[in-house]
Amino acid sequence: MLAAVNETVESVVIRFAGDSGDGMQLTGSQFTNTSALLGNDLATFPDFPAEIRAPIGTVAGVSGFQVHIGSSRIYTPGDSCDVLVVMNVAALKSNLRHLKKGGTIIANTDGFDAKNMRLAGVADDKNPLEDGSLEGYDVKKLDVTKITRAALTDSGLGVKEIDRCKNMFVLGLIYWMYHRPIENTVNFIESKFKKNPAVAEANVKVLKAGWNYGETTEAFASRYEVNKAKMDAGVYRGITGNVAATYGLIAASVKSELPLFLGSYPITPASDILHELSKYKNFGIKTFQAEDEIAAITSAIGAAFGGSLAITTSSGPGIALKTEAIGLATVLELPIVIVNVQRGGPSTGLPTKTEQADLLQAMYGRNGECPVAIVAAQSPTDCFDAAFEACRIAVEHMVPVFLLTDGYIANGSEPWKFPTTADLPTIKAAYSKPEDKKDGKFLPYERDEKLSRPWAIPGTPGLEHRIGGLEKQNGTGNISYDPANHEFMIHLRAEKIERIADYIPDQALDNGPEKGDLLILGWGGTYGALKTATRDLLAEGYSVAHAHLRHLNPMPKNLGNMLKNYKQVLIPELNSGQLIKIIRDKYFIDAKGLNKVQGLPFTTIEVKNKVKELISK
Amino acid sequence: MTILETSVNEKKLTSKDFVSDQEVRWCPGCGDYSILKQVQTVMPDLGRAREEFVFISGIGCSSRFPYYMETFGMHSIHGRATAIASGLKAARPDLSVWIVSGDGDSLSIGGNHTIHLLRRNFDVNMLVFNNQIYGLTKGQYSPTSEAGKITKSTPMGSIDHPFNPAALALGADGTFVARSMDRDPKHLQAILKRAYQHKGTSFVEIYQNCNVFNDGAFEIFTEKSSKKLETLFVEQGKPLIFGENNDKGIKLDGFKPVIVNLNEGHSANDLWIHDETDQVKANILARFFDSPEKEGHLPRPFGVFYTEDRPCYEDMMTHQLEEAASKGADLDKLIAGRETWIVN
Repeated sequence: MLAAVNETVESVVIRFAGDSGDGMQLTGSQFTNTSALLGNDLATFPDFPAEIRAPIGTVAGVSGFQVHIGSSRIYTPGDSCDVLVVMNVAALKSNLRHLKKGGTIIANTDGFDAKNMRLAGVADDKNPLEDGSLEGYDVKKLDVTKITRAALTDSGLGVKEIDRCKNMFVLGLIYWMYHRPIENTVNFIESKFKKNPAVAEANVKVLKAGWNYGETTEAFASRYEVNKAKMDAGVYRGITGNVAATYGLIAASVKSELPLFLGSYPITPASDILHELSKYKNFGIKTFQAEDEIAAITSAIGAAFGGSLAITTSSGPGIALKTEAIGLATVLELPIVIVNVQRGGPSTGLPTKTEQADLLQAMYGRNGECPVAIVAAQSPTDCFDAAFEACRIAVEHMVPVFLLTDGYIANGSEPWKFPTTADLPTIKAAYSKPEDKKDGKFLPYERDEKLSRPWAIPGTPGLEHRIGGLEKQNGTGNISYDPANHEFMIHLRAEKIERIADYIPDQALDNGPEKGDLLILGWGGTYGALKTATRDLLAEGYSVAHAHLRHLNPMPKNLGNMLKNYKQVLIPELNSGQLIKIIRDKYFIDAKGLNKVQGLPFTTIEVKNKVKELISK
Repeated sequence: MTILETSVNEKKLTSKDFVSDQEVRWCPGCGDYSILKQVQTVMPDLGRAREEFVFISGIGCSSRFPYYMETFGMHSIHGRATAIASGLKAARPDLSVWIVSGDGDSLSIGGNHTIHLLRRNFDVNMLVFNNQIYGLTKGQYSPTSEAGKITKSTPMGSIDHPFNPAALALGADGTFVARSMDRDPKHLQAILKRAYQHKGTSFVEIYQNCNVFNDGAFEIFTEKSSKKLETLFVEQGKPLIFGENNDKGIKLDGFKPVIVNLNEGHSANDLWIHDETDQVKANILARFFDSPEKEGHLPRPFGVFYTEDRPCYEDMMTHQLEEAASKGADLDKLIAGRETWIVN
C-alpha cells in the first residue's frame, strides 16, 4: 500500500455543502471545535437558506459551512475554499464558485444520480462528475451513501436513520486528511445520543469508517498538517457572535447589579440571543417573548422605567417596527439597548444573509430629531465587548443605545480568549433619592454633568413623577409647548449624545503607520477582511493603515484629526455607502467608498484590489 | 423607628394626596373628570403606599390621565400602554400597575396588545374609557362606534362593524371583565375596588361621555328617565332584575335570555341568578348588546360579568426564576463554557 504523503500547510479553508437535512452545520462545527482544541486559529461562516427544509435535493435547500483554520492568525473564514465537500449535485452547483482553481472536490456520487440531477435542474447529459467540466479540479468521487449503509447493515437501524449518519463519514475522512483526532467528536456523539445508544454507536462507527477509508484506500495521495497558531497565551474557547453578545449583556447585568429584562420577538438572525438569554434565569434574567416587535421594545421600556437593564433584540424589519418606541425612550431618557443583528434588506430581504445597511436607520430612522448612541461589533468575539459597552453607555448616560451586529458575525465563530469577571469594569447607575427634592419638589429632568437625568424608580417614596412622549420642560419634566423650550430640548438631547464622546476612548489604529497614503476606515463585521487585507498590503510595502470604528455615534473626538493624516480615506461597507455619508458630512473629506450589497462579506482580494487601484492613481 | 416617623408613615392618605399639581385640561363637561375623581377617591382605601402605584397610558384624551395623578406615571405612545405595563409588571411584580386607555387606543391601534395582556393575565388593572369616538383627533369614528355613524371620516355613515369590548375581553380569556359608567360614581368606585382586588388582569370598560364629539352616546343608560329600564346592574348571587319599579327580570330559556314581567306570574326565583364565575353565562351576558332602538332588546348590563382565578404571568415567571436560582449564577463559569483550551 502506498502511504499518503504528509504536507504541512499554513492554513486551509474547507467548505461543507449539502442538503439542509444532511447535517453540514454540525459537521462543520465539529471540525471547527476539534481544530480549536488542537490550537489552530480559525474563523467560520455558516451559509444556510432561509427555508428550514426546502425540497430535498434542490439548489434552494443547500446548506453550507465554511471553516478557515491556520497556524497563523486568522481573521476571516476565507475568500474561497481549498476543499469543497458536496453531498449532492445541487451543493456542487451552488458552491463551485467558492472553490479555488485547482481545489479539491469531495463528492458523494449517490447525490449525483438521475433524481438528484433533475431536482438540481441539471440536464441528464451534464453530470459534472462525468462530463469533464471539473477538469482542473482534484475530484474525489465516493459513494458515501453506499459505504455508510454497508457499514451499518447489522446496526438494526432503519434506512432513514442510517442515511442520517452520512455526514459522519465525511467528517471522519476530513479528520484523516488533516490529521485531526476523532475523540472529541466521539465524546460529542455519545453525549448527544445518550438516550439512544444504538444511534450513537452507528454514528461513531461511520465516523471511524470515514477515517479508515482515507487510511486504506489509495484515493488520497496527500495528508496535510496545520500546526498550532501562535496566539496570545491564555485560556480560550470557541464562540459565535450571538452567544458572545448574550454573555456581554449578562456580564453588564452582573457588573451593574441591575436585573436584565429582554423583550423580544423571534426573527432571523437575532433569535439566538433570545434563546440564549432564556437559559439563564439563574442570573435573574427575565425574558419576555412579546406578541410583536412593538410590544418587545415597549415592554422593555416598561421594565427600564421599573429599574431593569432593558434590552430588545431584533433585525431590520423588526427594528423598523420599533422606531416609534425608540423615539419614546429618547424623550423619556430611559436606558435601553436595541440590538440589531443586521440582515439583507429592504423589507424581508435576505433573512439569512449579511448586510450593513441599517446604519443610517440607526442614525436617523425616527420622526423628529431623535439622536441615539450607536455601538457596533466587529467580530464574533467582539460582540461580547460591544454588548457590554452598549449597556454601559445606556445606563451611565440614560439614553437608548443601538448595538449593531450582523448575520455574518452573529453566526460566525472564532476562538475567544475570554475575560474574567474581575477584568470587567463596573457599570454605575445614578439613582434619584428622596433627599434630592428641592423645596419639597422632585425634578425628574434635572441633569448631571453628562446631561443625563437620574433614574427615579417607582416604589421610591417621594419621587412620584410623570413622564411621557410629549415635549418636556427641562427640569420639571412637565408638558411644555413653549417654542424656545422645544428648541432647547432638541439641542439638549443632541448634546447629551455628543457628550458621550468624553467618556469613550480615542480612536486607535488597528494596524499601519500613523501617517500615510491611505487609511481604511471600517465598522462592524467587515473587520476580518479589512484586517487581513491591511496585513497583506503592508507586507507588500504599501503605505496603508486600518482603523475600525466601535463608536458610530458619537464618534471618538480624535477621529477627524486621524483622517487628515492620510492622503486618501477608503470606507468599505456592505451597503451602498452609509458611513461614508456621515464621514463626509461630519469631516468634509473626499472619502472613497468600496461597496458590496450581495448578502456576502468582503473578500480580502476585493479590498486589496480597491486599495491598489486608489494608490496607483 | 421613632414615634414621629411612625405617625408620618401611618398617616392615612386622602384623595387629595393623589391629585397632582398639573392643571386638568379635558374639555369642560368631559366624562373623564368623573372617572379621575372616582379613581382618586378609591386610591386611599386600597391600603398601599402612594409610591407603589403606577399609571400607564397610551395616546388619546383619556391617556392624559397619569399627569393628573400624584403617583408614578407614564403617558406613552398610541396603543402601547398595555405592552409597557406588561414589561413593568414582569420586571416589578411588587407595584400596583394601572393602564388607562380609550376605545381607539386599546381596541384599534393597541388591539393586539390588549388581547395578549388578557391571555397572559398580568395582575394589572386596565381601564378602558369608551366614548365611541376619536376625541383627541377631533371626531372620527372609533372601533366601538355604532354602524352607520356619521363622523368626519364617515360622511355617509360608518360601514365598520363595532367591537363589543366585554365580549372581546372574554374571548381573549380575560379573568376579570366588568362594565361601569362615568355618571354613576358609586358604582364606578365599587368596580374600581373590585378590579384592584382581583388578582389578574382586570378589564374595566367605562362608558364615558364625550360632550364635544359624541355627546349623549350613552344617555339612554345614564339619564334618570331611561336608566332603570335600559340598564341591568348585576350583582353576585342576585337575580337579574331591572325596570322602572324593578318589575322586569331576565330568565334563561335554555341558552336564550328572555325578559319576563314580574307582575305577570313570574317570581324572582325563576330568574337568572348572576354567577360571576360562570363563563358560559358571562358570555351570554356580554352579548346583551343590542341597540336600545331595537324592538324587544335586552337591557345593557353593568357590573362584574366574570371573574376567574388563574395564575398570573409574573408569578409564574418569578417561580421559574426562583427555581433556576437554586443552580447558582457564576458569570466566570458561564463565560468559560464547557470546552476550553490553553495556549502557552
